[in-house]
Amino acid sequence: MSGPVKLSLTRSYRFAASHRLYSAAFSEEENKRLYGKCGNRYGHGHNYIVWVTVTGPLDPATGMVANLSELDPFVERQVVEPFDQKYLNEEIREFQDRVPTTENVCREIYRRLRSFPGARLESVRIQETGNNSFEFVGETGAPQQAAEGRAR
Amino acid sequence: MIRVTRKLEFSAAHFYHNPQLSAEENRRIFGKCNNPHGHGHNYVLEVTVAGEPDPATGMVLDLKELKEILEREVAERMDHRHLNYEVPEFAGKIPTCENIAAVIWGLLEPKITKGRLDRVRVYESPDLFADCMAEPNGAHGGAGG
Repeated sequence: MSGPVKLSLTRSYRFAASHRLYSAAFSEEENKRLYGKCGNRYGHGHNYIVWVTVTGPLDPATGMVANLSELDPFVERQVVEPFDQKYLNEEIREFQDRVPTTENVCREIYRRLRSFPGARLESVRIQETGNNSFEFVGETGAPQQAAEGRAR
Repeated sequence: MIRVTRKLEFSAAHFYHNPQLSAEENRRIFGKCNNPHGHGHNYVLEVTVAGEPDPATGMVLDLKELKEILEREVAERMDHRHLNYEVPEFAGKIPTCENIAAVIWGLLEPKITKGRLDRVRVYESPDLFADCMAEPNGAHGGAGG
């Protein structure tokens, strides 16, 4: 093969959840201006699609960066099970004091997945609707501790 | 710099088996992908070439030429084939999505003479794909465990 290459594997997962974009730090008027209909009092929902990318050397025994038989149950346990069919603002502790924008959901899912033992987590991309998506690429090159600090 | 991407679909059969492991180990690690009769996918290949457009043609490379390279190097080798048995590039390799991307990278990289091969992405299904890219600066920055 020509030159060293980098391999990554990307898998998508789905969950459906509701959220409301509203911050107690702003006035009602500012919330209205910032978040518009996303701030409606009773919340609304999305069918989220989460693309998880992991990278690392190929395991010579399996020819894989990561075995889906390990990645799938890990993501299921860390993200899908706790997030699916939930109201993010109230039922996910981290969003009780942080607005569950999809940017913040990306970072939270990244934080929950970064301890995956089978490969290095590279990025988390979330498609919130067919028209928009958000991606968190972690803090490449940053020390683990610092990355964790920022991701929280 | 401009990136140009061309897509190719091909259908192939494969199964996962490491002859150095016991039958039981193979079943444990690979699950139903270890079925010796194989199974198949409609693979979707996306090949990205990066470079500066030629001022005379406005193109990084002629997409028709890229299409012909993909047909010759990938479709003719792999389309409607059993990757384990009929594609010599997988001899001694398990034809995982990652290895398919790496093999296709190895086939295409020397054939791309205008621009440079930037990324090979292989979708095994709409919810799973592998990417092969040049290691940044040839270092191992992205491949840590």
